[in-house]
Amino acid sequence: MPEQEAKARAKNFDEVPFGYNPDLAKMEASRCLQCKKPACVKGCPVSIDIPSFIWMILQDDFLGAARKLKEMNSLPAVCGRVCPQEDQCEKVCVLGKKGEPVAIGRLERFAADYERKHGEFVMPPKASPSGKKVAIVGSGPAGLTVAGDLIKKGHQVTIFEALHKAGGVLVYGIPEFRLPKAIVQAEVDYLGNLGVETRTNQVIGQINTVDELMASGYDAVFLGTGAGFPTFMNIPGENLNGVYSANEYLTRSNLMKAYLFPQYDTPIARGKNVAVLGGGNVAMDSARTAIRLGADNVYIVYRRSKKELPARIEEVHHAEEEGVQFHFLTLPVQFLGNDEGWVNGMECQKMELGEPDQSGRRRPIAIPGSEFKIDVDLVIVAIGTAANPLIQSTTPDLKTNKWGYIIADPETGVTSKKGVYAGGDIVTGSATVILAMGAGRQAADAIHKYLSG
Amino acid sequence: MFPIVESRVLATAVKQFKVTAPEIARKRKPGQFIVLRTHEEGERIPLTIADADPEAGTITLIFQEVGKSTAHLGTLSSGDSLLDLIGPLGHPTHIEKFGTVACIGGGIGIAPVYPIARGMHDAGNRVLAIIGARTKNLLILEEEMSKVTDFLRVCTDDGTYGYHGFVSDALQDILDQGTHIDLVVAIGPVPMMRVVCNLTRNRNLKTIVSLNPIMVDATGMCGACRVSVGGRTRFVCVDGPEFDGHEVNFAELVKRQRAYLPQEKNSMEKFQHAHGACLGGKP
Repeated sequence: MPEQEAKARAKNFDEVPFGYNPDLAKMEASRCLQCKKPACVKGCPVSIDIPSFIWMILQDDFLGAARKLKEMNSLPAVCGRVCPQEDQCEKVCVLGKKGEPVAIGRLERFAADYERKHGEFVMPPKASPSGKKVAIVGSGPAGLTVAGDLIKKGHQVTIFEALHKAGGVLVYGIPEFRLPKAIVQAEVDYLGNLGVETRTNQVIGQINTVDELMASGYDAVFLGTGAGFPTFMNIPGENLNGVYSANEYLTRSNLMKAYLFPQYDTPIARGKNVAVLGGGNVAMDSARTAIRLGADNVYIVYRRSKKELPARIEEVHHAEEEGVQFHFLTLPVQFLGNDEGWVNGMECQKMELGEPDQSGRRRPIAIPGSEFKIDVDLVIVAIGTAANPLIQSTTPDLKTNKWGYIIADPETGVTSKKGVYAGGDIVTGSATVILAMGAGRQAADAIHKYLSG
Repeated sequence: MFPIVESRVLATAVKQFKVTAPEIARKRKPGQFIVLRTHEEGERIPLTIADADPEAGTITLIFQEVGKSTAHLGTLSSGDSLLDLIGPLGHPTHIEKFGTVACIGGGIGIAPVYPIARGMHDAGNRVLAIIGARTKNLLILEEEMSKVTDFLRVCTDDGTYGYHGFVSDALQDILDQGTHIDLVVAIGPVPMMRVVCNLTRNRNLKTIVSLNPIMVDATGMCGACRVSVGGRTRFVCVDGPEFDGHEVNFAELVKRQRAYLPQEKNSMEKFQHAHGACLGGKP
């Protein structure tokens, strides 16, 4: 797939892959064997009928392919860009045994983008009004999916979003160069056309509690509030200026468009020597943002080795090509600062890998006497997120586990509170967009049954 | 959109807006704040809710024009609208009948002190208030404060009005006179809160402060507003905005508030230039 060349794209926030044109798409689609027992469908967390949508692309029915995708996946333009296909559909593609799997993700993106550019809005079949009202807290992938499903089933749907723009992590967490915000807005607008009401600037837990929502007439509530609480290392110096949580760094850049400062008013520190702590997609996003903001050196600092990096392979490759450097088997132990309170260095220790821990990954063990210092003027802590406690602390009968995540049935999203469902990162901890959508789909089914029964 | 229905100038570079926000007006309690944006490219900025009228469905915001965003806000008036308004945020002030509460407000800090003083008064406390500003024409809310307090001392640093001295000097006087105080609430610039806390620490006089770090989302998601309180990191937006002043690391807070000085200066200069502040001279 044609991509922006690494040196050039490291200076702009445009998307990296250009996307297929119809010829390239059909060429790739023709590789699909149309297996009678498609492994790819089983590999997909929302069971998209992959061979069918690929077949339609081959028949020049790109709009049909998009509709087929949307039967199971309400956000194909997003998933085509951010799903870790290498762990899902493409991992089990039969062609991958001897060569390259079919580029399912790229084909999904092609069909979705084609529809957005050339399709006209067609109101899908909608059931007659049920008279029931559903409140959805959070406009991220889980909430948007629940909204899309339930509106078509005839229910009245209102999404309550705490930020001033809808999309959740799609808008504040994933950078413009991986997921253009116009695409996210198009999806939110599509839901609006279906009849979903989206209310931004509504912090449920503050303006209204879940109980108050239900008392005001909502028959069911879905909680899709995400894992929106930053995790810090809790090492000395962490409150120095220039030490950011990845949530803050990315929210400034993505949601507040600080990469366009001063045209946009929100500033962001533009470090020259930047350390990003962590090895997941958020760490890659942070590192690649720092490169684009003019850093001379950006280091991914990860306590395990390359093999254990949780990030999507394409993001690691793109990061490497753009000049991000990797310090593996390294753990920061302290941040150092100057008199003005700005970070100017990071003390680290080298690690080696021991036996696997409870996550199944080999445990990092500090090597004594291996301390060394890295000069940095900006640190982004991207070691994971935790559960934002606002909903839980204001809904006393909502059971949570010891880390504050909402306890919900993995098949239905049912929580301990009648009429209240939950799905996505606020249940599982930070995971992926597609898993959140899958949870949303299941919860929507369960909510519909509950409202109809 | 959130219409501004009334706008007034309270002092030099200090304005007061009444904004239509019925849900927030109904829900809000003293001590809480909002975040607003004026336009699409704008920052999210936190401001205390100085007052609210649930029947009229309005909230009152008081702000000082200290940088581009507040200066831009200051160009709006009755008939204009805010683009985004989020609230009520933060924990409300813990109000109960303590006995005698001293409410100390410095500069623009008088705006958040006012609803707290009123709340304490309504709960049956005896409220002694000290409000101060650098100079007479920066002083705000004297009349409003006098209506909700049992004793009001007004100070100016330069002596152009009232008691000549800092609010902390006035507090020292009151303490030296042996006045019994059960709780102090002090809100204002960090140096002021710091000095008040130093005064009260040795007397074991509980002092609540309301902190004003830089914020972005203000819902606990990003950590921009983190402060050290009692050696632990807390988020002002969701754990505060009020804390035990004797536990707050003010030195660290001051440094963190200065994190974007160069960008703030840059933005303000551009704004003032665009708005003709440099008429006939150098910008």
